[in-house]
Amino acid sequence: MNKLYIFLKYFFIVVWTVFVVAPFLWALTTSFKDFQSVNGGVTYIPWVDFEPNLEGWKVLIKSPAKGGVDIIEPYFNSLFVTCTASLISIILGTLSAYALSRYTFKAGFVKNNDITFFFISQRIMPPIVLSIPFFLFLSSINLLDSLTGLIVVYIVLLMPIAVWIMVDFFNKVPREIDETALIDGCNPYQAFLKVVLPNSIPGLIVAGMFCIIFGWIDFFFAFILTFTEVQLLPVKIVALNSSVTPWWSLSASALVSVAPLIIVAFIVERYLSKGNLSGAIK
Amino acid sequence: MDLVANNLSYKPDDQYHLNEVSFNFKEGNLYTILGRTLSGKTTLLKTIAGLLTPDSGEIEFDGKNFLKIPVWERNVAMVYQQFINYPHLNVFENIAFPLKQRKIDQSIINEKVMDALKSVGLLGYENRKIQELSGGQQQRVSLARSLVKNAKILLLDEPLVNLDYKLREQLRDEFKNLFSKGLADETILIYSTTDPRETMELNGEVIVLDEGKVLQVGPAKEIFENPNSLKVAEISNDPPMNIIEAKISDNQIRFEGIDVEAPQHLSKLTEDGLKIGLRSSDIQLNENGHEFEVELAEISGSETLLHLKRGDTKIIVSIEEVLNFKIHDKVKINFKIDRAYAFHADGKLASSPFGGLNG
Repeated sequence: MNKLYIFLKYFFIVVWTVFVVAPFLWALTTSFKDFQSVNGGVTYIPWVDFEPNLEGWKVLIKSPAKGGVDIIEPYFNSLFVTCTASLISIILGTLSAYALSRYTFKAGFVKNNDITFFFISQRIMPPIVLSIPFFLFLSSINLLDSLTGLIVVYIVLLMPIAVWIMVDFFNKVPREIDETALIDGCNPYQAFLKVVLPNSIPGLIVAGMFCIIFGWIDFFFAFILTFTEVQLLPVKIVALNSSVTPWWSLSASALVSVAPLIIVAFIVERYLSKGNLSGAIK
Repeated sequence: MDLVANNLSYKPDDQYHLNEVSFNFKEGNLYTILGRTLSGKTTLLKTIAGLLTPDSGEIEFDGKNFLKIPVWERNVAMVYQQFINYPHLNVFENIAFPLKQRKIDQSIINEKVMDALKSVGLLGYENRKIQELSGGQQQRVSLARSLVKNAKILLLDEPLVNLDYKLREQLRDEFKNLFSKGLADETILIYSTTDPRETMELNGEVIVLDEGKVLQVGPAKEIFENPNSLKVAEISNDPPMNIIEAKISDNQIRFEGIDVEAPQHLSKLTEDGLKIGLRSSDIQLNENGHEFEVELAEISGSETLLHLKRGDTKIIVSIEEVLNFKIHDKVKINFKIDRAYAFHADGKLASSPFGGLNG
C-alpha cells in the first residue's frame, strides 16, 4: 500500500514535470536552431542532432535596418509600464479595499457591495467593449501612443483585481486588530500602516502577482493604443512573424518574455514555502 | 478621577444595544458588567473605549467630555474575548507596541515589558511568535499589553470565555491577584462577563445589563442575595434560578399538587401570579420528598444537573456528585424553602431570604 503510494506519487510528479518542463526545453533548443535544423526533420540534442547557433537570439537585439526586430526597448517599456501600473494599482486598490472593508458607504441604493461589484465589472466586460472608449479618451487627452497613456489604461484594468483580492483579504483580518491598534495609541492611518498592512502582506503579494501577470501579458490594449512611438513586448513579438515563420527567434522571444513571470513565481513560491501565506491571521 | 456616564443610548438597528445607561465609576475600583450574550456588554465597553459613538448621552472622565477625545488619546486598555494580538509581531514586540507608540525610551520599554511578562507568567517567551502560543498564553500576552500601558481605564471583555475550563480557573485566580495587587490604585477596572460565578469571585461592584438596560447595580453579594427582579435572578445564577408559579394561602406554598409550608418571609404574600424562585443548589434529593420526572441529566465536571418536570413545572437541580439517571426516571426531591425568593407577577422582587424587601 505504502509502496504503491510512493510509486504513484513519484510517477505523477515525473509525468507532470515532463509536461511542464518539456515545452521550455523544446523552446530553448529550438531557439538555437537554424532553418535547416527546424525544417529538415526532428532534431533534439545540440551538437549531436544539429549545430547550435545564436541567430535566433541575435534577431531580437539587431536593429530593424539590419533585419532584426530589436525588442530591447519594448522589453523595458513593458517592464516599466507593468511595474508602474501594478504598483499604483496595488496602492490605490489596497486603500480602496480597506475603506470598502471597514467603512459603510451609502449613496442612495449604492452600498459597499455595489461599489465592489463596480470595480469587478470592469473585468467582466470583454476588452473590445472598452477599446473604443479608451481610444477616444486617450486621444482626447493626447496620451495615445505614450507610456503614460498605457499606464493609465493598465491601472483601470489592474486596480479591480487588487480591490477584489484585498477586500476579501481585509474582511478576513479581524476588525478587533484595528481597534486594538487604536486603543494602543495609533490614529487610523497608523493603525492601517503599522498593523493592518503588515498583516496583509500575503494578500498584497497575491494581488501584486496577478497585476503583474495580467499587465505583462496584455496584447490587446498595447496593440490598439500604440502606433510607432511606443511599443510593448507582446506587440513587438508579433512583428517577428513574416512569410517564413522564424521558429528560432519566436522561441527565443517566448523565453525572454516568460522570464519575468518565472522570476515572480519563484519569489512567491519562496514566500509560500516559508509558510508566511497561511496562518498569519487566525 | 471618576468615569461618569449619563443616559448612554445606542441603537444602530431596530434594537437598543444601550438603553439609557448611566453609571459612576470611581478610580481604584473593580466593576463587573454581568449580562447574557448580546446584552450590550461589548457595546458598553467599546463606547467607553471610544470605538463606538453613542447616539445620545454623555461620558465624562476626570471632568472632561470623553466623547470629544478620540480613541487613541483616551489612555484606555482593552482585552477582547477573542485573543487579539498583532500576528506580525513577536511576544515582546506585541507588548512593547503601545509604549513604542508613545515614543518612550527603549531601555524603559524593555524594563516595563519584562515586568509585564513576569506578572502574566510568560517570562522566556518574549521571542516567540504569537501563532506558536496556546489560547491561554495569547490571552496573557494581550493582558500584558494592556497592563504595560498603565492605562487609567482597563476594559476586559469576557477575557476568559474562549478558554478551556482549567485555564479559565487558573487565569481567573491570577486576575484576582493582579487586580488586588496595587494595580488598581488609580485604575478603573471594568470586567464584563456572562458567568455569575466569575462575578462573585471577582467580588467587585456589579452592573447587571440586559437588552442594553441596567437592571441592577450593587456589590456582588447584594446582587446574589437580593436580585431586584426575576431577570436579574436568572442572569446572576448559573444554572438560572428556578421559577415556579405558585400560590400562597394558609401559610402553604402550593403548586402542582404539592404543599410546602411557607417560611416566614413569604407567608404574607397572598397575591395572584406570584412566582417562587429557588436556586438549583437549594433543591435536594430526598427519599421522602416530592416525585418529579427526569427530563435530562447532564454531568458537568463533578456535578450533575437534573432537569426535572412535574405537570407544567420544570426545574433544574444541581447535585454535587456524579449520578446516573435515565430519562423518565422518577426522583424524589425536597426544597430548602427557607431560601426561596418570591417575585411579583411583573417580575419585581417581592421577598428574599436575605431580607431584601421583606414582607
